Amino acid sequence: MSFADVIRTYRGKDVAAEIGHRSRADVERALAAPAPGLDDLLSLLSPAAGAFLEEMAQRAHRLTVQRFGRVMGMFAPLYLSNVCTNRCVYCGFNAAYTSLARVTLTPEKAAREGAALRALGFRSVLLLTGEAPHIVTDRYLKQVLELLRPRFTSIGIEMFPMTVQRYRELIGQGVDSLTVFQETYDEARYGRFHPAGRKGDYRWRLETPERGGAAGFRRVGIGPLLGLSDWRVEGFFVALHASYLLKNYWQSQITVSFPRLCSAAGGFAPPAPVGDRDLVQLICGLRLVLPDVGFTLSTRESPLLRDHLIPLGITVMSAGSRTEPGGYAHASGGGAQFTVADGRSPGAVAEVLRRRGYEPVWKEWDAALAS
Amino acid sequence: MTTTGKADVPLTIAGRAFGSRLLVGTGKFPSSRAMQGALQASGTEIVTVALRRVDLEDSQDSILGAVDTGRYLLLPNTSGARTAEEAVRLARLARAAGCEPWVKLEITPDPHYLLPDPVETLKAAEILVREGFVVLPYINADPVLARRLEDIGTATVMPLGAPIGSNRGVKTRELIEIIIEKANVPVVVDAGLGAPSHAAEAMEMGADAVLVNTAIAVAGDPRAMARAFKKGV
Repeated sequence: MSFADVIRTYRGKDVAAEIGHRSRADVERALAAPAPGLDDLLSLLSPAAGAFLEEMAQRAHRLTVQRFGRVMGMFAPLYLSNVCTNRCVYCGFNAAYTSLARVTLTPEKAAREGAALRALGFRSVLLLTGEAPHIVTDRYLKQVLELLRPRFTSIGIEMFPMTVQRYRELIGQGVDSLTVFQETYDEARYGRFHPAGRKGDYRWRLETPERGGAAGFRRVGIGPLLGLSDWRVEGFFVALHASYLLKNYWQSQITVSFPRLCSAAGGFAPPAPVGDRDLVQLICGLRLVLPDVGFTLSTRESPLLRDHLIPLGITVMSAGSRTEPGGYAHASGGGAQFTVADGRSPGAVAEVLRRRGYEPVWKEWDAALAS
Repeated sequence: MTTTGKADVPLTIAGRAFGSRLLVGTGKFPSSRAMQGALQASGTEIVTVALRRVDLEDSQDSILGAVDTGRYLLLPNTSGARTAEEAVRLARLARAAGCEPWVKLEITPDPHYLLPDPVETLKAAEILVREGFVVLPYINADPVLARRLEDIGTATVMPLGAPIGSNRGVKTRELIEIIIEKANVPVVVDAGLGAPSHAAEAMEMGADAVLVNTAIAVAGDPRAMARAFKKGV
């Protein structure tokens, strides 16, 4: 049974109302459980749990340190192309934005970006593109990977959804992790936010992580784009999705990201804004229910908030990110996908981590482990 | 009549004697300095390092640089490997980079509980023993597997007390007792020991040594916790 079938069983159930009805007693029961489950998560994400944030944070901290240690994985995004055929209303790469400078790095330029990241200390890189398979071709990616593979011990991709067969080829070329955000689990809203392009197909996207698991990626990352829909409900469904993947693709490490909508080209205003306190409740609530899942935090968030989130469940973070192709080594890059709020250098972020008692880990993988 | 306890004689693995029966792992520490302090306080002589975390080509590597190889035997481990093939490849790389041919064999296809794969572990052990490695395999507390590994020539067996990082103690007690009863190689209880009393319990059961990582690394004061484990052993 695919996750699309699992989520269909929730049709007609009002998850938002269920969360809204949870009481203090329900929250206390969830916090008393030795291993809270998905039903407890409804309580932990509820307005009633807002009064228990400190207790949730302490428990999330303890669980994370116990399972992952006092370390933080470090990675950097490398945008290969901002060409896109989709018209996602919130995204800076929306095909409708004709004024955006569209750039696809040549493999040689991508290699120079890689060299710049390597010089900053990164050994783990995430390659990103828009949805443009006519430009980001199989041959192009093969060339890019051949050039980047010697510089990095871990290479992830966050691109348009592909087939299992195609993912197997990429794994063979040195890619070890796949990130794909569902943006929103609410199918009706999903349609409105993705009015054109291949991305309009909710089910094709929803089943991408499982295709990644079936292909054998070591890490599969998922996440809702926070701000599109009620975060409490999205939090429940991302946990349901992670639980599904953990059960069915037991050899893949599952990670969850918490991208929060910020201003992009086009000035889209998030219809369901998520406050800082909400984000903390979401991260802590999910940690209590998913103790073994990696949590990723990007530079979309401010330095102040990032520093405070370090001990609350985050296990991997990016630093010094540029969201425009060519941003690290080339003077005139293309247009950016979103504005980075934490502009500190990787070295400065690493220093903050050390001061807070965390060891930044640049290399946690080895090419010898690549299939 | 007096008897000589294990604590009074050295631990011997593959003909090499060690004064301490506590092996220490290097993951999860807040800093290299915290790790160095803990290693020193633990009195250990065998320190295991995840090959996936180190840069064998970089002499400035922060972990390798922090472990004094004059003082400790650096025991590379294959953590992260999901198959025999990957583990063997890692072990060969470490040897090629100048590490001693000792390897703590860890093959954990499940990245969440990090439980060892018995089939792949046996396969990799056969290859590595044949290639002259001193192999210390991390296994579930499975007495038959322990004997099979000993028969092919591993230097120890390292059954888990509880899942890695769980700090739950010797949950596999009855099976480890059988492993100890049947073994002719040192039995090192690895994984799951969360308190010095757990280490003491394993030693009282007759284990030859214990390996501890998480409980020391994530303690509020890793150095004090390392000292406490030293006493527990």
